[in-house]
Amino acid sequence: MAVLRPAGEFDQSYAYDMATIRRRWQWIALGLFLLALYALPLYASPSLVSFVNRAAMTIVAVQGLNILTGYTGQISLGQAAFMTTGGYISALLMIHAGLPFLLALPLAALGAGLVGLIFGLPSLRVKGFYLAMSTLAAQFIIPWFVRNAFPKVLNGTQGLNVPPPEVLGIVFNAPTRYLYLSLSVLVVTTVVAHNVARSRLGRALVAIRDQDLAAELLGINLFKYKLQAFFLAAVYAGLSGSLFAHHLRHLNSETFNLTDSVLLMGMLVVGGLGTSLGPILGTVLVLLILELATVAGPTVATIFPGTAASTVQALRPLFFGVVLMLFLIFEPRGLAHRWKLMKAAWRLRPFSH
Amino acid sequence: MDASSPVLSVESVTLDFGRVRALDEVSLHVRPREILAIIGPNGAGKTSLLNCISNFYKPSSGRILFNGRDLTRVPPHRIASLGIARTFQNIALYTGLSTLDNLMAARHVHMRSGLLECVLYWGFAHREDLHHRRVVEEIIKFLEMEPIRKATVGALPHGLRKRVELGRALALEPRLLLLDEPMTGMNQEEKEAMARYILDIHEQRDVSIVLIEHDMGLVMDIADRVVVLDFGRKIAEGPPDEIKRNPEVIKAYLGQEHA
Repeated sequence: MAVLRPAGEFDQSYAYDMATIRRRWQWIALGLFLLALYALPLYASPSLVSFVNRAAMTIVAVQGLNILTGYTGQISLGQAAFMTTGGYISALLMIHAGLPFLLALPLAALGAGLVGLIFGLPSLRVKGFYLAMSTLAAQFIIPWFVRNAFPKVLNGTQGLNVPPPEVLGIVFNAPTRYLYLSLSVLVVTTVVAHNVARSRLGRALVAIRDQDLAAELLGINLFKYKLQAFFLAAVYAGLSGSLFAHHLRHLNSETFNLTDSVLLMGMLVVGGLGTSLGPILGTVLVLLILELATVAGPTVATIFPGTAASTVQALRPLFFGVVLMLFLIFEPRGLAHRWKLMKAAWRLRPFSH
Repeated sequence: MDASSPVLSVESVTLDFGRVRALDEVSLHVRPREILAIIGPNGAGKTSLLNCISNFYKPSSGRILFNGRDLTRVPPHRIASLGIARTFQNIALYTGLSTLDNLMAARHVHMRSGLLECVLYWGFAHREDLHHRRVVEEIIKFLEMEPIRKATVGALPHGLRKRVELGRALALEPRLLLLDEPMTGMNQEEKEAMARYILDIHEQRDVSIVLIEHDMGLVMDIADRVVVLDFGRKIAEGPPDEIKRNPEVIKAYLGQEHA
C-alpha cells in the first residue's frame, strides 16, 4: 500500500518525509492526549485508573515482544520469565542493597536483558516452532531457579514482599500514584521502540524476518542482530516485570507464568505484529475483553448455577481464545493494520479506492 | 593493481553434495568493468557457482579470490562489505518493507549506527539516515522506481520486484555485481528494459557484472565474454561470437547429432 498524504501536504525535504509527527496539530493532539492520561486520577474512577495503570505496564512487555517476534520474526514464549527476572532483580536490589527505585529499575532491565541474551543463543541454530520450544525452556528454568536456588535470598515458593517505589520522597503505593510511574516508563519505551523500528537496526531486524539468507549475503550479521533483539525484548520484559512487582508488592515464581507469556503473544497478534501501534491497541483490547469476562461472570453464573465460583476463571481464557481466533481469521494483521486502512479510506473519501 | 588483473578469480573450484559433483574444477576470471555471462543447461551448476562466490556454499576444494582475498575464509555476512552484491533467481526481497526501505536496508554495510545510536535516533542515526536516503534516491531515480518508492514490495508485480532487487544490490555500491537470472519470467519488453539498466550500470558505474541468464539472444547482445558450464564443468569460454560457433556448446544445448 502506498503512503497517502493529505491533500495540499507536500514532502519538501527527506527529513520531513521521514518524520513520524508532521504537523503542528498532531503535536498538540499528542500533548493533550498525554495530559488527559496523566490527569486521569483527577477525574476518572479508581477502577479506570487501575485499568490504565495495568495496561501501561503490560504494554511495555508486549512492545518488547514486538521487537523480537513482530520485527525480527523470532517466536518467543519466554517473555513472562524475563518479567520474573526483572521483578526479582529490582526487588532484591531494593531490599538487600538498599538501592533507590530509580536505580533498581534500569539495573533490573539490564539484568533481564543479559539473561535474555543467554536464552537467545539457540536462535542462531533453530527457527520457528523449534525456537518457540527453546524459549519455552526459559519459562521453566527461570521459575524453577527462583523456587529452588538461594532459599535465604529468594525465599523459595514463598517469594518476596516487595517494597513500594519511592521517588523524590513520594511513595508510590496506590494505583492513582503508580500511574505516573507506569505512564512515564511507557512513554519512554514507546519512543525507543519506534526509534528502533525506523532506524538501521529496525531495517536489519525486518530483513532477518523476511529473508534471512539474503540479509546475511547483503551484510547483516544474523547472530548479532538476533541477539540484540532478544536483549531488547528482555529489557522491556524486565522493566514491565519490575513495575508490576513493585505495584503488586509481592512476587513469587508464579506471579508471571506461561499463561502470561501466551497472553502477551496474543495481545501482540491482536494488535498487529511489527507495528509501533500494535502493542498498544492489542493490549488495551485484550485487557478490556478480560475485564468484560470479569463483569459478565456473575451473570453467566446465574444461568449455570453450581459453577459460580469458577465461572469467571473459566470465562477469561474462553473470551481470550475466541478473540484471538476471530482476529487470526478476519484480521491476521491486527488492529494496527485496520487503523491504517481506515486512515487511507478517510483520505480517499468520497472515492472508495 | 593494473587494469587488466582480474577482480575475481575462481581457481579450480570443486563442490560436492554427497556423491553429486555440482562443480568440477571450475576456473574463471572476471576482469574489471566487464560483463561476464555464465550460461549452461539446467543443473549445470551456475547458481551453485554464484553461491560459492557469496560464500553461502563452501567449495570442497579450490580457491575464490576477490581482489587477492580468499573469499572461502570470509564469513557470509562480511562478503557484502568487501564489495560483492547479488540478486537471486527466486527474488529474495524483504517483502514487508517498502522499496525505499529495502534499498535503505542494503546500505547497512555503509552505515555505522549501533544499538545505542538507533535507540536514541535523533542526532547521529537521523543524520546518517538522511545522508543514505540521498544515495538511495539516486538509485531509485536511476532505475525509475519513483512511483513505487513507498509501496510494500510483497505486493509488487514480478517484473518490478526484479527491478527492486537490482536496486537493492546497487545500493550496496558493489565492485562486483552477481545477477542470477535477472530476466526470468519477464516479457520481451521488460527484458529489454532490464538489459538497458544492466548496460547503463555497466557504463556509468565502476563495477564488474557476472550475469547468469537463459535468454541466449540477450546474453550474446550484452555480454563481453561468456563462460559455458555443463554438468559442473566449464566447457567453453570466450567472446559471444566464438561461443555461438563452439561445437561443444551446441552439443550441450542441442545434443550430439547437431554438433
